[in-house]
Amino acid sequence: MAFPAKKKAAQELPEKVHVWPYLVRLEFLCAIIVILVLTVWSIVIDAPLEEAANPTKTPNPSKAPWYFLGLQDILVYFDPWFAGVIAPTLIIVGLMLIPYLDVNPKGNGYYTFSERKTAICVYTFGFLVLWIALIIMGVFLRGPGWNLFMPWQYWDPHKVVALVNVDLPYAFGIRTYLNASIFGGAVVLGYFGLGTAVYFFMERKAIKNVGFLRMFLKINLFLIMIGIVIKITLRLAFNIKYIWVTPWFNI
Amino acid sequence: MANKSKIPNIAEIMESIKSGKIWKDFTKQVTESQIWTSSFRHGYADTPRNRVLQIASNVWLHLHPVKIHRHALRIKFTWCMGGITFLLFLSTVVTGVILMFYYRPVGEYAYFDMKYLQYDVPFGMLMRNMHRWAAHAMVITVWLHMFRVFLTGSYKPPREFNWVIGVFLVTFTLLLSFTGYLLPWDQLAMWAVTVGTNMARGTPFLGHEGPFQEFVPLISARYDMRSALLGGSLVGPPALLRFYVLHCIFIPLVAGALMIVHFWRIRKDGGISGPL
Ligand code: HEM
Repeated sequence: MAFPAKKKAAQELPEKVHVWPYLVRLEFLCAIIVILVLTVWSIVIDAPLEEAANPTKTPNPSKAPWYFLGLQDILVYFDPWFAGVIAPTLIIVGLMLIPYLDVNPKGNGYYTFSERKTAICVYTFGFLVLWIALIIMGVFLRGPGWNLFMPWQYWDPHKVVALVNVDLPYAFGIRTYLNASIFGGAVVLGYFGLGTAVYFFMERKAIKNVGFLRMFLKINLFLIMIGIVIKITLRLAFNIKYIWVTPWFNI
Repeated sequence: MANKSKIPNIAEIMESIKSGKIWKDFTKQVTESQIWTSSFRHGYADTPRNRVLQIASNVWLHLHPVKIHRHALRIKFTWCMGGITFLLFLSTVVTGVILMFYYRPVGEYAYFDMKYLQYDVPFGMLMRNMHRWAAHAMVITVWLHMFRVFLTGSYKPPREFNWVIGVFLVTFTLLLSFTGYLLPWDQLAMWAVTVGTNMARGTPFLGHEGPFQEFVPLISARYDMRSALLGGSLVGPPALLRFYVLHCIFIPLVAGALMIVHFWRIRKDGGISGPL
């Protein structure tokens, strides 16, 4: 009759357990497995070493290390000052702000989707789509000239891609530089202004509890993230290059 | 003739295996042998006090608390990802030190040292492979760790600050990997780092192709954000030396220090988060 006795024991188990042996043995086991896998992997697969560095011979395509290919892919849609400098900074700062912006007390220390739907959707979208999916695309589908190739297509370095992109104001028939600048500015600022206003209106009851600054940062970081998606869509679907062109920067 | 030990029959052997007696006899023989008793001064009795002392009086283990919540043991909860990330970091430290014995961060030597390491140094190829794959794996496990911490909401009070330290850690992990990427000094290395650092040209105010650079005096291709990273206007020997120093000394020290703080904070914040 060992079985019922065991069951009873499980119910009466103390809430706290000794780290030695219960945790240490798990860590030890885990370490052995990881080191084994790493060793076998390293015996079987060699790290790459190409020809010696040659500053006069640029490979096509030139790719950043795989973990930065999401950012390199954003370069198609944004200028380097945004894709290479502002975007990474915003990602880092935005991530650091998460605990201070997410004031939902529920779902602390256990898996739940229903109690924090928005938070999980936003993070998962950013991580799996904007980060991981772009990396996978950058590693496998981006060929010479950073053109898109399907896995079964030949990487043709002379692939011709028509340069038909136009700026958004131009697509709306605005031809003078100044007007285009004003129009573009209005669209970009309008997007953020309107987005913020709508959010504050919808969540007006929460302002007092959550606080103005917190809500402002939350919605604007969100709008930037969605803005990147919008810009990618505009380019792919409508060949829009820039939305806002100024003498100093273009978005 | 009475005290002559008699040869046990099969049934007796089976019985002693079943009852565990055979194991007890074996341990007794080992622990009472001269070799054992001369090596270890006293035995280990499995008492609560000793369990505590194993952790508290061991310099390597004492970063653990001596007791933890039962739920913190569940692999389904932590995926063990933080621990694996740390282990992979340690693997790169060990293999990295070995690589440093053979590698010189000088334009003329670096690539040939890699070749030498691969073809002539005993286990050189294995050390290089382990270093590289552990570094790549660490990037993946740290992202998964972060994802798990997000999904369990473990960044919520009182653990907000440990999440912030974590974001520094993921940044340093990527920088560590990126600076190491240049060191083989082959085509892959040079051009990946060229692409990666080209972005710095676009830094607002401080990059020579960035917005508003015209308002900052002295910014040029030779003196801007990018050349500060590379020690020149292209990825050349000064960049190799810079990346080497950052990769082998500066970033590992900072990241290591932050990891200690990270682990310390896990304890101070009440251990692994759980439903309470
Ligand atoms: C070098 C990188 C890192 C190492 C070695 C590391 C290590 C660990 C370890 C060993 C734990 C214990 C629980 C577990 O294994 O899941 C832990 C917990 C934790 N880590 Fe990390 N970590 C790293 C990066 C990060 C990052 C990037 C974040 C988030 C941005 C983060 C946030 C946290 C938090 C909030 C906890 C507490 C989790 C809880 O209480 O459930 N860490 N870390």
